Amino acid sequence: MRRLWIGLTFLVFALLLGAPVVRIAMGAWDEGWRGFANGLTRPEAVHALAMTGLIVAAVTVINTFFGVIFSMYLVRAAWLGPRLKKLLNSIVDLPFAVSPVIGGLMIVLLLGPDSALGGLLGAAGIKIVYALPGMILATLFVTFPLVIREVMPVLQEIGTQQEEAASMLGAYGWTTFRRVTWPQIRWSVVYGVVLTVARSLGEFGAVLVVSGNILFKTQTATTLVYQDVENFSLTSANAVALVLAAGSVALLLLMEWAKSRQKHV
Amino acid sequence: MHVEVRGLNKKFGEFHAVKNVDFSIAKGQLIGLLGPSGGGKTSILRMLAGLETPDSGDILFHGKRVNDLPPQERGIGFVFQNYALFKHMTVEGNIAFGLEVKKWPKSRIKERVAELVELTGLSGFEKRYPHQLSGGQRQRVAFARALAPEPQLLLLDEPFAAIDAKIRQELRSWLREMIDRLGITSIFVTHDQDEAIEVADEIMIISKGNLEQKGTPWEIYKNPQTPFVASFIGESTIVEDVSSLRGFEDARAWPGTKGLIRPEYVEIGKPEEFQILSATETGRVKHLQFRGSEWLVELEVGSTRLVTYRSLEKEVLHPGDEIQVLVHRAYLFNDNDSWIMENKLKEDRMYVEI
Repeated sequence: MRRLWIGLTFLVFALLLGAPVVRIAMGAWDEGWRGFANGLTRPEAVHALAMTGLIVAAVTVINTFFGVIFSMYLVRAAWLGPRLKKLLNSIVDLPFAVSPVIGGLMIVLLLGPDSALGGLLGAAGIKIVYALPGMILATLFVTFPLVIREVMPVLQEIGTQQEEAASMLGAYGWTTFRRVTWPQIRWSVVYGVVLTVARSLGEFGAVLVVSGNILFKTQTATTLVYQDVENFSLTSANAVALVLAAGSVALLLLMEWAKSRQKHV
Repeated sequence: MHVEVRGLNKKFGEFHAVKNVDFSIAKGQLIGLLGPSGGGKTSILRMLAGLETPDSGDILFHGKRVNDLPPQERGIGFVFQNYALFKHMTVEGNIAFGLEVKKWPKSRIKERVAELVELTGLSGFEKRYPHQLSGGQRQRVAFARALAPEPQLLLLDEPFAAIDAKIRQELRSWLREMIDRLGITSIFVTHDQDEAIEVADEIMIISKGNLEQKGTPWEIYKNPQTPFVASFIGESTIVEDVSSLRGFEDARAWPGTKGLIRPEYVEIGKPEEFQILSATETGRVKHLQFRGSEWLVELEVGSTRLVTYRSLEKEVLHPGDEIQVLVHRAYLFNDNDSWIMENKLKEDRMYVEI
């Protein structure tokens, strides 16, 4: 009986996770190395992958920096009332609850060319929606909780006493952060960063709504795969998808490693 | 360092944690802040350290007001309740931290760390991390870390609370010895009266944010100034109607006055064991409990219950035995006043003998 259950579990996982990856790999190679290379070196694929890379880099940097600061304030700042903290704390989870497509739509409604704010910015020559800034904003919205949710519990767990001890020994804010707080949260930050990279690499819904998926302008790797499938160029779609999948697997391994380090400290 | 505090007040929301506290501490003394949990002891300590800002009142070190000085500049060593060691640093790293922050030269840091490791008996453990140490060792690391930058005042928040009873005893005498040797003014917080009595030069009793009494342990025991202090220090039973006890009939003159009687104020025995039999009265043994080195005897005199100790060398008593009871003194108190009353018959008799 037990064997049956174990076998069944394996089967489900193989069907759900294994088969698609194998299928993608096979699909990418069904025209041999040439087809795979062609799929990746098309100008639109190069552009889309570059866009994705740019978004991932920008989002990761912004998200990490503000995520750590936000967590510090949410846990440590005494001047924020407990009610306000609770409210902010639940707002952090909003992107988890809201569908990314809705998130993208909110940005279009707020900053699109037809909105007051978007019109104003447009008149000043700054384009947000259907351009890179909007895509970064949409991805930021989706990935916002990831770093915070990793760092906050650790900050709560280490408490304020070690920081107070540092201040009694003469250390001011920055020294205390650098020498006492940071070494204890860094692996959580790394874990949050890895999650952010993975999420922004694969983000589709929010970006699709905000970008308009304009070829050579606002197309990312995921929206390119979507378009390739629509156009029945499956080999090219599989090639790009395989690169994305390989990236995700690499990140997964990195994540496991970060998690094991997190436990050490 | 000479420490003075005037009219110190601190509120946390509606909760008045510290109420108008005044005291001064001479250089080189070891002071125990004693009181029940949540009484404001730790708040006072944290305000001295600068980790908490007083709502009103002044804190003076060497006669200079330090209220506006941040904790970094106060030159105080602080030992936290759970030690708050830097988990990611070795013993050496922890001790050196304050010196590195103060930009001491490398060679002097090395020297000072070695000196403190030696002083606290941590030789051989320099490279260990806090989680590889026992509770007592962690406490000594915290102590060494606080002392490293040569502070003029050492504050300790419940320094022994997290250590098991047996090692606690050892550490207490170790700490006392260490502080004596260094001659550093120290204040420690505790809720354990034995600890305060054993270690401190002077005790400050804190309850509900008030400083109830300050004095040497002996003064406080002998001469408690408030009912709270009398009941908090030592063991005691409260007697509602003291005037019913033989020798304390005069207490009737103060209606509403209660008596506090310590076990050591009560003497019991067979009639032949007393010299002044007339001052005793007859009671009955209610309950006996073996306490390892003596008997704890609960007795009933009329309707009054008393508690006392009896040596194991004396004849063994049994519940229900009739016995002579002599109450030497009682600490009387009412809403406005408190004083100590000696057994009148005992005094009279002695007077006659002379």
